[in-house]
Parts: sequence; structure tokens; C-alpha cells
Amino acid sequence: MKILTLNFLCCARKTCKSSPASFPLHPKEASLEQIETDINALFIKNILPRLDWEAMKTLTIELGLPALPTEPPSPEALEDPDSGEPSQTLKDLHQLLMETSIESGALRCGNCDHEYAVKEGIANFLLPSHMV
Amino acid sequence: MSTKGPNAYEEQHVHSVYEEIAPHFSSTRYKPWPIIESYLKDLPPGSIGLDVGCGNGKYLAVNKEIFIVGSDRSSNLISIASQHHPNSAIVADILSLPHQPSNFDFAISIAVIHHLSTPARRIEAVTSILECLKPTGTALLYVWALEQESSRRGWSEGDDQDVMVPWVMRKKGEGERTFQRYYHLYRKGELEGDVVSAGGEVVESGYEKDNWWVIAKRGSPS
Ligand SMILES: [Zn+2]
Repeated sequence: MKILTLNFLCCARKTCKSSPASFPLHPKEASLEQIETDINALFIKNILPRLDWEAMKTLTIELGLPALPTEPPSPEALEDPDSGEPSQTLKDLHQLLMETSIESGALRCGNCDHEYAVKEGIANFLLPSHMV
Repeated sequence: MSTKGPNAYEEQHVHSVYEEIAPHFSSTRYKPWPIIESYLKDLPPGSIGLDVGCGNGKYLAVNKEIFIVGSDRSSNLISIASQHHPNSAIVADILSLPHQPSNFDFAISIAVIHHLSTPARRIEAVTSILECLKPTGTALLYVWALEQESSRRGWSEGDDQDVMVPWVMRKKGEGERTFQRYYHLYRKGELEGDVVSAGGEVVESGYEKDNWWVIAKRGSPS
């Protein structure tokens, strides 16, 4: 499961949705893998404004990844001013969002403490019937 | 319908069937339907959305400039769906989606809502999808129609709407196994009715090849 996906996931319990603590989910005992994919510069540019940067900073710290800058990069920082080619900043974002993946571990809700398992790169959000 | 309650009923007659037939089912589901394909292709680049009940994920690869989180109850189907980049696939229930409310530009749910076995649960499923949308977002919903005289199944208006549909799987050396899946067949206007009951608004609707479809958005608070 890509780090980008964590931007769009919260706890599955209805009672948690209204709590800010249910997002982002907190990775636990996560084992990471790099899955190489082709870079799509336009895709990264378009997705950047949709990232919750505070959540991204929390996640990178919790996953032991290099710390992100305090503020999200500006659109101009994403391409080399001379060549117009993808900048190092864009390449780093691509690597973090699209290539870095949680292979196994769990995702914990900060509100109810429920943990969702991740196995073979796939997170499972099915709840036991007493929690629905 | 059953004394066990709709949850257990759907577990037996929908979820466990898809889990068992996953690879075989997937090999027959590869061609995107035209209305769904053009809906996805017309979305602005950078749109973020959901495919609720994505099955093998055949719609996850239609438009590479958008980001979709696909979900399904069947982990066997999700294993197949997870191979589509740049998108993601997770195991989740339509009535307990792990997504932030009011956060998504679009959603699709294709051939899913008709598997819920009570009117209240079908409306709850529509509510669950619409809640994920931004006020400007839309959802494309597809369900099987009762009115399909021209199909080999031949159902029409007067028929029972709650049916079991066989899935026959032939495996080399193992012979034939038949699985029964539960469906609620929608009659004309019923899907639009579910959208309104769910507090949504119908933007567009129609009939395509044995299915009713609707594009819905969240209702404006009155
Ligand atoms: Zn929770």
C-alpha cells in the first residue's frame, strides 16, 4: 500500500469519523518496500495540493523516513527552471508517495485504537460485527 | 428472506461466493463499459476518487491522470485489483468505508448495490458513498435491471426482484461447480428513489444494456 493512499484513509468506524484523531491512521510495525514505478510529473503536480501536509509529516516521522520540509513545496520547485525537467524535489515526492509502500504491519486509529492489518501490501478494513 | 439477518445472508450468498469464484470471475471481467469509461476519462487530471466494490479493478486503469482508491469485500479480488498502477486497492465494506467524509471528487460503484439484501441497506450504501463526496463531487452508480427482456435471462417487469443467479465454474479435472449469488433487480426509477432517500440529488440517469445507472451528488441542505 502506497504512502499516497494513507492520505485518503481514516478509521472505518462511524463513531470515529467525526474525530480528527481518526486521521491519519498510524502505521505500526510497518515493513516498507520500494516498488519502482514510472514517474508521471504532471500527476505528482496535480496531487500535491490534495495532500494533507501535516499528516504527511506525521507519517514520515512514524515510518522513520527522511523528514519533510515544514511547508509543502511550491509548484515552481517541482521543475528545473532551465530545462523544465522534473526537479529533485519532484523525484523525491514520487519516490515517497508512489514507490514507498507498506508491505506488512498494521494501521492504528488514534481515536479508538483499533488496528487494521496490512498483509502482502493490502490493508484490511473489515470490522468485527460488534464494532460496526 | 432469512432468519439470520441480512449480514449473515450476504456473507453466505454474496461475499463467500465472490471469494471462491474470484480468479474465474476476474478472467471474464476485463472490458470497461462505455458510459463508465467516458465518465472516468472526462474527470479533470488530479481528481481523487473511490471505486466502491471494485472487484478485479478493471476501472482502476482507465485514466492514469486521476487517483482512485478501490475497495472490495473480497480479498481474493483485491489481490488482483492491486496490480493496477497508479491506483490503490483495499479490503473494506461498503457500509463501513475507511474514508474521510466530504473529501472526494468522484466515486463509482458498479454492480454492487444490488447485492445488498434489504431496502434499508441499499439506501445506506448510497448514503455511505455520497458522504465521501465533496459538495461538488459526483458518483456514478450502476445496478442490474429487472427489465432485461433481451438478455438470455429474460427477466421482465412482472418478475420477482429478489433472485439467486447461478455462476457456473468449470475447472479441469474437477468438473462443474455452481454458485448462487443474491441479487436485487432494480425496476425503472427505483435507483433514483434510493438516491433521493439517501439525501442525494440525481444529476443524470439512464439504462444501458440490462443495467440502470445514475450520476448523483449530495443534496443541498434545506
Ligand atoms: Zn477508530
